[in-house]
Amino acid sequence: MAETTKATGTTGAKGAIGVTEAAETATAWRTRAVVRRSTRVWRVRGSAAVVAVIVLAVLLVPPLVQLDQQAVDLAAKLQPPSLAHPFGTDDVGRDLLLRCVYGLRVSLLVGVVAAVVSTVVGTAVGAVAGAFGGWVDRLVMRLVDVFASVPHLLLGIFIVAMFRPGVWPVVVSVALTHWLSTARIVRAEILSLRSRPYVDAAISGGASRYRVAVRHLLPGVLPQAGLAAVLMVPHAVWHESALSFLGLGLPTHQASLGTLVQSARGSLLAGDWWPTLFPGLCAVAATLAIAGLAGAWRERLNPRSRSELML
Amino acid sequence: MLELRSVTAGYDRRAPVVRGVSLTVSAGEAVGLQGPSGCGKSTLARVAALLHRPDSGEVVIDGEPARGWRHRAPRSQRTAFGVVFQQPRLSADPRLRLADLIAEPLRATGQTADGVRELAETVGLGADLLARRPHEVSDGQLQRACLARALALRPRWLVCDEMTAMLDASTTAALVGVVETYRRESGAGLLAVGHDRVLLERWCDRTVGWAELASV
Repeated sequence: MAETTKATGTTGAKGAIGVTEAAETATAWRTRAVVRRSTRVWRVRGSAAVVAVIVLAVLLVPPLVQLDQQAVDLAAKLQPPSLAHPFGTDDVGRDLLLRCVYGLRVSLLVGVVAAVVSTVVGTAVGAVAGAFGGWVDRLVMRLVDVFASVPHLLLGIFIVAMFRPGVWPVVVSVALTHWLSTARIVRAEILSLRSRPYVDAAISGGASRYRVAVRHLLPGVLPQAGLAAVLMVPHAVWHESALSFLGLGLPTHQASLGTLVQSARGSLLAGDWWPTLFPGLCAVAATLAIAGLAGAWRERLNPRSRSELML
Repeated sequence: MLELRSVTAGYDRRAPVVRGVSLTVSAGEAVGLQGPSGCGKSTLARVAALLHRPDSGEVVIDGEPARGWRHRAPRSQRTAFGVVFQQPRLSADPRLRLADLIAEPLRATGQTADGVRELAETVGLGADLLARRPHEVSDGQLQRACLARALALRPRWLVCDEMTAMLDASTTAALVGVVETYRRESGAGLLAVGHDRVLLERWCDRTVGWAELASV
């Protein structure tokens, strides 16, 4: 850069300034690109680390740590965070760190199962619509539109309200309200795959509808469907929290991120911030981390969507 | 005999690409169909191979009218055609190894895939390439595999839609040679679609220009 300036310096001050500015802009642009790339790398590493910590915690803590998350200790109720209780204690003296781990365990279980179920349902529906086409496609997609026209939280509340509070009604509720977008994605993808010459070749080679769908179309949409499933996990976690917070999801004694925040509302008004903050932070950390990983996966599937939103 | 009788076809009923075209390929005959890009010759080839439903007109295969198109065509009628397309990249499922690609019609019709090695040999595809996937081979090698796939069920008709347009001269010659060898031993008919008049005239018994076909 210095050399360029010197070389053009003799031709006149005006030209030299122009070149310097251009070179500086280029450098600044390159620096920004490098910063952006390393931010992305660190975001993925950070997400992976957070997901790893959470997964290890929810899998290993309950069997290895012989502490009762339900153990009430009224002498130590509503203790602010300390070394003995890093996340503090709740209004009946239960350790909030332990409750958060158990809560994450339940919330993630609900999230993962609901995401898998909704993806399987959505993929099946989208595949049937896309592979058969014609009136089957029209019928199925209008049905999807009808479902989509009802606010899904409302529909979810309606579904959980039909059952006794528990884990499975929440899973069913979230799964049954979230297969729509997957069905749309899968159908669109299958429609585009269906017009490829290799499908023509398969038909000409005597392949049945079923064989074309299972052997040529479905494998082509699996990466998208898998990505949709991972993106669905944080969303489902939030739904579990929302339903439990409204008192419709899990019973209050069962720790989940939603029930923890819900039962802490009273103490928040009294100025005790930790019973709300830590479960909330856990929810935010878990969802952002999973979404961060899913975003990285999406970038690998489709590098052009790099500039799109990560969540 | 393969007869296309006043076929009108396209992708929009109000503006068909092919209007009232008739074409006959006798048993064992090689007919070239030459025309400029975008004129509708590929659409006609797809209609002939029962892969595209025409708006009107009929396709008669050995005196028997086609009763349906794509999956609705009876399997025996569909598999009477071996089809090779212009772009091997698009006509090969990217997830299949070449061996599976070639074996696909055999497996789809419930046969064992024993003949794959032999088929690969006929089209001049080395056995070492059979374990590779489409992105790991060249266009020419992939097109050889696609031709092998088209020959797998020993079709009575071959429809080659710009089969050699993406290939160099020596691969073109090799593939045309493979098709001709197969036709000599099986007596299969050929509908070769292309824009290269010189090639088609050397390859086929007769070559029809799109303009004269459409004006009849």
